[in-house]
Amino acid sequence: MTLRTRADQVALAYPAAQQRPRVGFFTDTSICIGCKACEVACKEWNDVPEQLTRFTGHSYDNTGALGADAWRHVAFIEQRVAPTVEGARDGTRWLMSSDVCKHCTTAACLDVCPTGSLFRTEFGTVVVQQDICNGCGYCVPACPFGVIDRREEDGRAWKCTLCYDRLKADQTPACAQACPTQSIQFGALDELRERAAARVADLHASGETSAQLYGADPGDGVDGAGAFFLLLDEPEVYGLPSDPVAATKRAGAAWRAALGAGAALAAAVIASLIGRDG
Amino acid sequence: MPASVDGYHGRPILKRPVWTWEVPAYFFTGGLAGAASMLAAAADLSGRAVLATSARRVAAVAALTAPPLLVSDLGRPARFANMLRVAKPSSPMSVGSWTLAGYAPAAIACAGLGELHRAPRVCRTAGLVAAATGPVMATYTAVLVSTTAIPVWQAARRELPYLFAASAAAAGAASTVLVAPPGAAGPARRLAVAGAVGELATTWLMRRRLGTLTESYDTPPSSTLEHTSTICTVLGAAVLAIAGRSRARVPAAALLVAGSACKRFAVLAAGRDSAGRPGQLRNLA
Repeated sequence: MTLRTRADQVALAYPAAQQRPRVGFFTDTSICIGCKACEVACKEWNDVPEQLTRFTGHSYDNTGALGADAWRHVAFIEQRVAPTVEGARDGTRWLMSSDVCKHCTTAACLDVCPTGSLFRTEFGTVVVQQDICNGCGYCVPACPFGVIDRREEDGRAWKCTLCYDRLKADQTPACAQACPTQSIQFGALDELRERAAARVADLHASGETSAQLYGADPGDGVDGAGAFFLLLDEPEVYGLPSDPVAATKRAGAAWRAALGAGAALAAAVIASLIGRDG
Repeated sequence: MPASVDGYHGRPILKRPVWTWEVPAYFFTGGLAGAASMLAAAADLSGRAVLATSARRVAAVAALTAPPLLVSDLGRPARFANMLRVAKPSSPMSVGSWTLAGYAPAAIACAGLGELHRAPRVCRTAGLVAAATGPVMATYTAVLVSTTAIPVWQAARRELPYLFAASAAAAGAASTVLVAPPGAAGPARRLAVAGAVGELATTWLMRRRLGTLTESYDTPPSSTLEHTSTICTVLGAAVLAIAGRSRARVPAAALLVAGSACKRFAVLAAGRDSAGRPGQLRNLA
């Protein structure tokens, strides 16, 4: 039996000497300049294969989405707004955001992984062990954010590791290290959450009332994300689900139905004995 | 600022399941096997030896087919044994892998010993093990697909297990009708018809639950598979119910088996469609 895998219960799984405070990302998209240094740094450090896609025509985004070969994905939205809106120029406002694996507190990918390849590290992050993954693909439709995917020729599932190797060496993840504006901030999660709350309050005070945190609430459907965001519009505008839920939290109803269905099947089998043999 | 009507450049949010035909083929085969084993045990315990033998043969053939389907679908098939590396109740696939690991050898051993007329007590025990794990074999795959973020699957988590169980009953019993002499196939016939009716009824219930999400079942290729399944199941059940003791039982039972298979493929196709519709995420409860 595997031990509990919620990020906030990771202490149960590791001996005292190995325990670390939970870390994560606060991505403040209000200061993202869309330079994609994060995408490049991540690919360089993690040797993520190139993913030369067709010209998408989706603003400056030719990466498209997170996937097995894209662990940071910068989204670009050009919004038509009234020229009086803060930051708008010629009636267009830019929204830019570097998306990443959320390293959920309750991670559906981890919960459904049958081999135990996906595991919770001592830092509270979610990592795929590439020597164990057998490419069953269950994690792929399980993720409510559409993050993880299976690499075609390789056969295994790949996603952001929050630079587990760098964390073990007391270094900052590659993307956060490279970000020139500190849009991507790395650190202890509770400290990041405090900082984010203060930043949102500042933005509201200066008139940017649509500023909102995404993934910072420990009461949300994944019990809070290890990588959360400050957005300047609704999540759906950025391609994020508005109400993500770890599917395993709803599995109880499915299992109960399976119990009922199994019992009904057994009853039907027994009932079928009634009547002619031939 | 108002949200864009088409989300982020109209792109899907979720990732499409990477599963290919082997997976719905396994849903079909594994469910068929589980139901057949249950029928076999009921027949055995009630002294219906001929029926028991037929049902055991069906279960064994299915039990031999199922694991290779799963292994070949893996991205790294050589690592199939990692499925038994841990036991993880939170993962329906882990529960299923362990169940299959217990079920398949039992079903195969039971049929094998039966054919060889050896060790009747071991044979019966193996048969009972197969029958006891049969309900899990017939339903856990429904829990598996429901425990994903795919709206059309997750929203139907209370109905899919019943649909899969009914479909398994129809396929397992109909397969037994194909194999068993008509003079012994009465219970299999009745179970097949009951399974067929159940399959149709649970589909209706599921569609009611899904509401607007039924669009994924009403889009090709799922719609084609659904219609084929319905026609096969209705026709097969009707003929089997009316003329089940005659030679017509063969095409009728074959239709039921085909209907069950199409149903599983329809469910997978609907899930693939659902993953590509970000608008469905707003209607999820």
